Amino acid sequence: MSSQLQIAEVSKSFGGVLAVNRVSLEVRRGEILSVIGPNGAGKTTLLNMISGFYHPDQGRITLDATDITQSAPSRVAELGVARTFQNIALFKGMTVLDNLMLGRHVHMRAGVLSSFIYWGLAQKEEVAHRRRVEDIIDFLKIQDLRRRPTGSLAYGLQKRVELGRALALDPKILLLDEPMGGCNHEEKEDMARFVLDVNQEWGTTIILIEHDMGVVMDISDRVAVLDMGQKIAEGTPDEVRADARVIKAYLGEVKAGRQ
Amino acid sequence: MAQVPGEVTTLPRLLLNNARERGDRPAIREKDRGIWQTQTWRQYHDHVRDFALGLAALGFRRGEKLSVIGDNRPRLYQAQLAAQALGGIAVPVYQDSIARELQFVWSHAEAAIIVAEDQEQVDKIISLRDQLPALRTVIFDDARGLTRSRFDWLKSFEEVEELGRKHAEKQPGAFEAEVEKGRPDDVAMICYTSGTTGSPKGAMLTHGNVVATARTFMAAEDVRASDEWLCYLPMAWVGDSLYSLVLSLASGFCCNCPESPETVQRDLRELGPTTVLAPPRIWENMLTSVQVRAADATPLKRRVFARFRRVAEEAEILRSDGKPVPPWLRLQLALGEFLVYGPIRDQLGLRRARWAYTGGAPLGPDTFRFFRSIGVNLKQVYGSTESSALISIQPDAEANPTSAGRPCPGIEVKIADRGEVLIRSRGIFKGYYKAEEATREVVDGEGWFHTGDAGFLDPRGHLVIIDRAKDVGAMVDGTPFAPQFIENKLKFSPYIREAVAFGNEKSFVAAMIAIDLNTVGNWAERRGIPYTSYMDLSQKAEIRELVREEIAKGNATLPDSTKIRRFLLLTKDLEADDAEMTRTRKVRRRFVAEKYAEVIDAFYNGGEEVELSTLITYEDGRQANIQSRVRIADVEAGTLSHA
Repeated sequence: MSSQLQIAEVSKSFGGVLAVNRVSLEVRRGEILSVIGPNGAGKTTLLNMISGFYHPDQGRITLDATDITQSAPSRVAELGVARTFQNIALFKGMTVLDNLMLGRHVHMRAGVLSSFIYWGLAQKEEVAHRRRVEDIIDFLKIQDLRRRPTGSLAYGLQKRVELGRALALDPKILLLDEPMGGCNHEEKEDMARFVLDVNQEWGTTIILIEHDMGVVMDISDRVAVLDMGQKIAEGTPDEVRADARVIKAYLGEVKAGRQ
Repeated sequence: MAQVPGEVTTLPRLLLNNARERGDRPAIREKDRGIWQTQTWRQYHDHVRDFALGLAALGFRRGEKLSVIGDNRPRLYQAQLAAQALGGIAVPVYQDSIARELQFVWSHAEAAIIVAEDQEQVDKIISLRDQLPALRTVIFDDARGLTRSRFDWLKSFEEVEELGRKHAEKQPGAFEAEVEKGRPDDVAMICYTSGTTGSPKGAMLTHGNVVATARTFMAAEDVRASDEWLCYLPMAWVGDSLYSLVLSLASGFCCNCPESPETVQRDLRELGPTTVLAPPRIWENMLTSVQVRAADATPLKRRVFARFRRVAEEAEILRSDGKPVPPWLRLQLALGEFLVYGPIRDQLGLRRARWAYTGGAPLGPDTFRFFRSIGVNLKQVYGSTESSALISIQPDAEANPTSAGRPCPGIEVKIADRGEVLIRSRGIFKGYYKAEEATREVVDGEGWFHTGDAGFLDPRGHLVIIDRAKDVGAMVDGTPFAPQFIENKLKFSPYIREAVAFGNEKSFVAAMIAIDLNTVGNWAERRGIPYTSYMDLSQKAEIRELVREEIAKGNATLPDSTKIRRFLLLTKDLEADDAEMTRTRKVRRRFVAEKYAEVIDAFYNGGEEVELSTLITYEDGRQANIQSRVRIADVEAGTLSHA
């Protein structure tokens, strides 16, 4: 597998706090890479730097040979990186359909005037985008929710719609920030299935932050572990599981002489 | 035996006939990507032909079984017909069955090929594959999540059709030749009846059985080729097979597959089918939703609804007694049609329905009367898997909530000594698959099928069913006790989802009640009663009081000796996954009595509380045990004498 996204020696500090400290990571095309670590390890900050929400103080981020270290979020999205958020960020008063159509925004070409007249290109474009959105609705099995305002949906379903909104971008890389956080067992299973299916059906590269170790170990091709802003391990789920530093970061140090 | 109009033939021949005679008419629609996609009879035929030849190329032979699992999808119907075209047998199974049940059915039927709707179903098959030695190939309809699967025994529907097209180039006319070999007394399908006791039994229905039954139906009712029908009932239920496959083939009407199980209500409204068949459960749910929405409406609307509902019911009672409706009432009805009845029918998707049926279990008289009163031509139909789903039907002018209708032309009915209903017709099945003894128990030497239902023929010639023959018992004072009769009275309440009544060989009747989470939850919310879960809600004192009043209402229509004296609210609904009900939602009485033996003891020894430990089964087969203390309450204080 070729490398699609290179993160080289990036650091980011907020005031005096060094959130991410010289982290390097290569993301391969078509893989599911999970980033795990205790609270405050710098996982979300790393994701925010990839999506252009923050810019690193040092280091470089390259996407398919394009330097995106200092790119604005809108530019990164245009290049094919979509994300979901730890706290759901949908337009709550709008319907599921409208939220997904909004996700197509980067692909829309018609200007304000031609959209207003709704003739020719604008109309054709709308139909094509709607078709793609319907594919996603079908994929995520939310046919019954098209016309429902997202704010009225159960939490697990909102998470699903948010994934749909990110998918509407037709991303090359999908950044998922705790897609299963706050979900019950069944919703987690569904979400894990969708993540796997997106990866397999469309070949989308997925970078996943998730706390549920069972899910992470089940669906990831590789796992990277952050602790205190530093990458302490990287490898297949089995390798990471057996890594002494990872066990230490999660369970604390086992002192000699004490059980 | 009486004659059935029309030639009795096989299902694939009916398909060839439709492709020839009404090739451009719609045969089946599926809602996909939010749009109804139509297939004509010619396209339908072509899919069946290609798929059948693909099956032949995969080595599927006469007499082998092909099972389908999933929600109603055109391809799952076509797969069944394709198997039948090759002289094979279709075995539809319930899509929500748990692994253990599927394992039983597939290995008992020796299914060689399974056609599954999607990945969810394929996953179930993968987990069972080691235990299914007869299984050779699994074919999926929806490829989501399966395109990269690398099993050589797993194929997509398109792949098989492609195989079939290649096969056809080598052997033109192979399909027609195979269809030609089929005989009406070949077995067309095996329908596994969930059965309220023991393991499921596979009822073998021949082409002749089901085609004759469809012809009988068409002789009794005005079925038209222009009819529209929504396929939303489980494909494994014989009623769906009869309608969506057989009747559609025989009459040429169009089947419509909803987008997903969650969108059925909306699809129903959008489509406005001209005929609707639904089990009592669904009619009760529809009425409940109307009542809940009416209760949530503004006071003015609420009063308009209540007023016109009363008017309609008054008129309906007059009509069913054969009395004339006075002019002033008719005037109000006309206004009501405009303000209330028409809009409700439209909301429920029943606006174009010429007739609607309820079957599978008795429907509460009040629910029945409600739908008839708002202008839905709701009628009872009675049948069973073993009789190809049809025994009797109510003519338009004789619909009433108590009878099961008139036996259809060509169907003989006899009442045996102990009140059991016996049937003889061309629709009676060939027997249970691999269970000759069980077959001999229900079909006697003269060809009479023993339905197991207790009933009688009323003076008009209508069949009236009381209960399952083996469930009808007697109380200690000798009063006959028919549990289902009492439970149906309770289940008319929108707040009561399920009820199980006890009283056989007892001094009084007691009932376990499962509340309806939707309606009771809504009721609680409107009164500001907080709750966290079904269990929590069901044990609130206010809810107990609510149910007590509902039981008292039901009691008012029961004779004194069978009035319900004590009750308990269950901490969970009765579930098919927990084996408490069948997949068609009939209570498995013997099992429930054993499982809740402590509750029954407490009912009759005057206990106030009982320790309930319930074993629940999740869909993936895992089990969990939940402990709780549950109160037993008296319906009316002071009526109980602990003798």
